[in-house]
Amino acid sequence: MKKTKTNWLYSQIVKEHFLNPKNVLWDEKNYQADGKGMAGNPICGDVMMVCIKVDLKTQKIKDCKWRTYGCGAAIASTSMLSVMVTEKGGMTLKKALNLKPQEIIKRLGGLPVLKFHCSVLGQAALKEAINDYFKKQKRKK
Amino acid sequence: MKQIYLDYAATTYIDPGVLQKMLPYLTTAYGNASSLYSLGREAKTAIDMARKDVAKILGVLPQEIILTGSGTESANLAIYGIAKAYQDKGDHVIVSKIEHKAVLESAKRLEKEGFRVTYLDIDSQGIVNLNELKKALNKKTILVSIMYANNEIGTIQPIFEISKIITKFKKENLLPAFHSDACQAAGALSLKIKDLGVDFLTLNGSKIYGPKGSGCLYKNQNFKIEPLIVGGSQEMGLRAGTENPALIVGFSEALKLAEKLRKKENWRLRILRDYLIKKVLKTIPVSQLNGHPQKRLPHNINLSFAGIEGESLVLKLDQYGISVSTGSACTSTDLTPSHVLLALGLPEDLTHGSLRLTLGRKTTKEDLDYVLKILPPVVKKLRKMSAIRL
Repeated sequence: MKKTKTNWLYSQIVKEHFLNPKNVLWDEKNYQADGKGMAGNPICGDVMMVCIKVDLKTQKIKDCKWRTYGCGAAIASTSMLSVMVTEKGGMTLKKALNLKPQEIIKRLGGLPVLKFHCSVLGQAALKEAINDYFKKQKRKK
Repeated sequence: MKQIYLDYAATTYIDPGVLQKMLPYLTTAYGNASSLYSLGREAKTAIDMARKDVAKILGVLPQEIILTGSGTESANLAIYGIAKAYQDKGDHVIVSKIEHKAVLESAKRLEKEGFRVTYLDIDSQGIVNLNELKKALNKKTILVSIMYANNEIGTIQPIFEISKIITKFKKENLLPAFHSDACQAAGALSLKIKDLGVDFLTLNGSKIYGPKGSGCLYKNQNFKIEPLIVGGSQEMGLRAGTENPALIVGFSEALKLAEKLRKKENWRLRILRDYLIKKVLKTIPVSQLNGHPQKRLPHNINLSFAGIEGESLVLKLDQYGISVSTGSACTSTDLTPSHVLLALGLPEDLTHGSLRLTLGRKTTKEDLDYVLKILPPVVKKLRKMSAIRL
């Protein structure tokens, strides 16, 4: 892939996801999440909240919405994460639990080393959401 | 797209008139100031004139001006140079917690070498605690370094009052020396040494519409310092290396112009500054001004917005052609938020959500009205997508 030089701080893909983030949870009130998770803390400057809807039969994520407090890389990472777990008919919960932060970074066209934790936090919030879903399912039974 | 530069405290463009004065020394008048023939003397004369001009603005002797390569170098030279020259007299240094890294890191280096350093606290508006200073001064204190005005929050320190405290403590002694970093103050505040009472003063060119890579250190002639760079006998043997006449001339021309425009610009910028602050605080909920409302540089605005992070705010504003900066951790290389905002006692989330706008010669009311149109909806949108609920 030919790399084009830009004056933007991060990769072109990060820029697109930062400026036009996908799957933002704009309307929490009217959103029925099957699982919800949070990661990070405001002292570090990054907090991520991820909500998922799960197809009970296939155990695949059919929707993923999020909100992030953080830098451009953090916002883009959560946006990309939400795309990755919902594309191609949705990711299985098992696969999503094992999703590696490196895979998110790769899809973003790379992140500066100092910003790797942004992708880790998004993944941590997703894990929380999946575990929250499992807990709720257990309670139903 | 409109391009609105509001980061004049980071650096300025070079004034076109200043650049014109520099050009001959980058082209035809390329002589080495140490050479004996006319081409060399031409360079020497230019440097001497520039030194005189700078000295005149400060109200000091030309031989008290050491021309350097940056504000950082000047501050390093002052702190390290004084400490090394007087280490037989004492091992204690006092600085404030909100100094520029050029001073703080110099102090830390001294600590590593066995010096003791006291870091003075500031109050919630950024003024150095003078009682703490009085308590910290002792027989072993060889240097006090307190900045004239802060680069992030623009708070102006009571330099003359501080110098009175130090002078009273000194009695008949030479030490401790008093150094002040005036990089942000130049062009906005008086630089007359007798009004400030300092023994050392750091200035640089890149904040006053002069060239980057230029600066000077005022050194009271009663003091000695150890040079950082040794070699030839340039700059009274205190800074070796062939002088750069273009940068030196650029620096002095820029300083002269800044002095000439100072009062008029201050008046204009103060009105613009207060206009923007008032409007932002009124239109954006849960926002605050950091620093002192009056004792602040006429061109400095530092705000915090709860619930959002500064880097994303800066990047969003960049998309609208607005160039500003933040004290957020996410823009630093060590992921810690601004030491200045932390010293103010700001909660960490407000340090992450800080935004600095610094105005300058080209800033107009129209520019600020454009910012006032863009900023509130951008903050609102980032808050809506933030995981933190206010």
